[in-house]
Amino acid sequence: MSLELNKTEQAVVDGLSSDYSEDLIEVYQSCEHTYIRVEANNIVDILTYLKKKHHFIFLCDIVGTDRYTSDERFELIYNIMNLRTQDRIFVKIRLEEENPVVKTATSVWKAAGWLEREAYDMFGIRFEGHPDHRRIFMPEDFEYFPLRKEFPLLGIPGSIELPNTTPDTE
Amino acid sequence: MGIESALGEGFFTTKIDSLTNWARANAAWPMPMGLACCAIEMMAFAGPRYDASRFGSEVMRFSPRQSDVMIVAGWSTYKMSHAIRRIWDQMPDPKWCIAMGACASTGGMHRCYGVVQGVDNYLPVDVYVSGCPPRPDALLHALMKIQDKIKTEHSVLLDT
Repeated sequence: MSLELNKTEQAVVDGLSSDYSEDLIEVYQSCEHTYIRVEANNIVDILTYLKKKHHFIFLCDIVGTDRYTSDERFELIYNIMNLRTQDRIFVKIRLEEENPVVKTATSVWKAAGWLEREAYDMFGIRFEGHPDHRRIFMPEDFEYFPLRKEFPLLGIPGSIELPNTTPDTE
Repeated sequence: MGIESALGEGFFTTKIDSLTNWARANAAWPMPMGLACCAIEMMAFAGPRYDASRFGSEVMRFSPRQSDVMIVAGWSTYKMSHAIRRIWDQMPDPKWCIAMGACASTGGMHRCYGVVQGVDNYLPVDVYVSGCPPRPDALLHALMKIQDKIKTEHSVLLDT
């Protein structure tokens, strides 16, 4: 499939293939967006490079995906934007099922803090070096990761506490 | 005072139960627990067009200490359920509860791990209102059902 890259995207792909050729896995386009899949080990360097050299200063979102039953089960998608040219690219990494750990992007964008907490809360992906590595939606003592495919839709009965309905009796 | 002139000559007999229930039924002040879009319909219910004050529910009291009927309007998450129950516990007896709409009654379309599937899991609900959201007239109907319930229960004398 031939790629239709604009100037910024072409510069990004060229820059990554020369400077990070070992980490670059694939580049593809879908729904008028460009996706770049890279190795997870070096993700912080690549994101720093994109921010410093290509002006992708705005981190819109970090999305987790569960590719249940596939190898490298979890996927993280960094949705980043160049505010000078209004170009958006998606950087993807894949993580193992057993121990999904990746280095935090909070050193690159401060906004990554809450987005990574959400990915941790929903999928159990851990972020090495995160300054405040807590859950963001579910209670702290919740033991499951609700957006994983094996988690039942209605939750696990009794896993979240309901209020005491007889308060006078303790 | 005024009551003699209002009644004119003579007297009437009643039961203290009936008198208390009459007073309670026509002064059921709601505690609005507006959690979602049902709250908009609840505002219409209180506003001049549907006018809940015709039924004595004059004022929405935003203090649980001054209210009698809690209207749970919207879906309740597990996190919110603790706040709702706390407010319910702060309301003085006697008190009643309306579960307004599909979400408050059963969880509705929010069939997922984070939403309590019906506030009756932790509140003693008196009236359930169907609809998504219910029309204000449906909520008025629920209020009238509460009034019926108040009027038929013992208030002062205990049922022995």
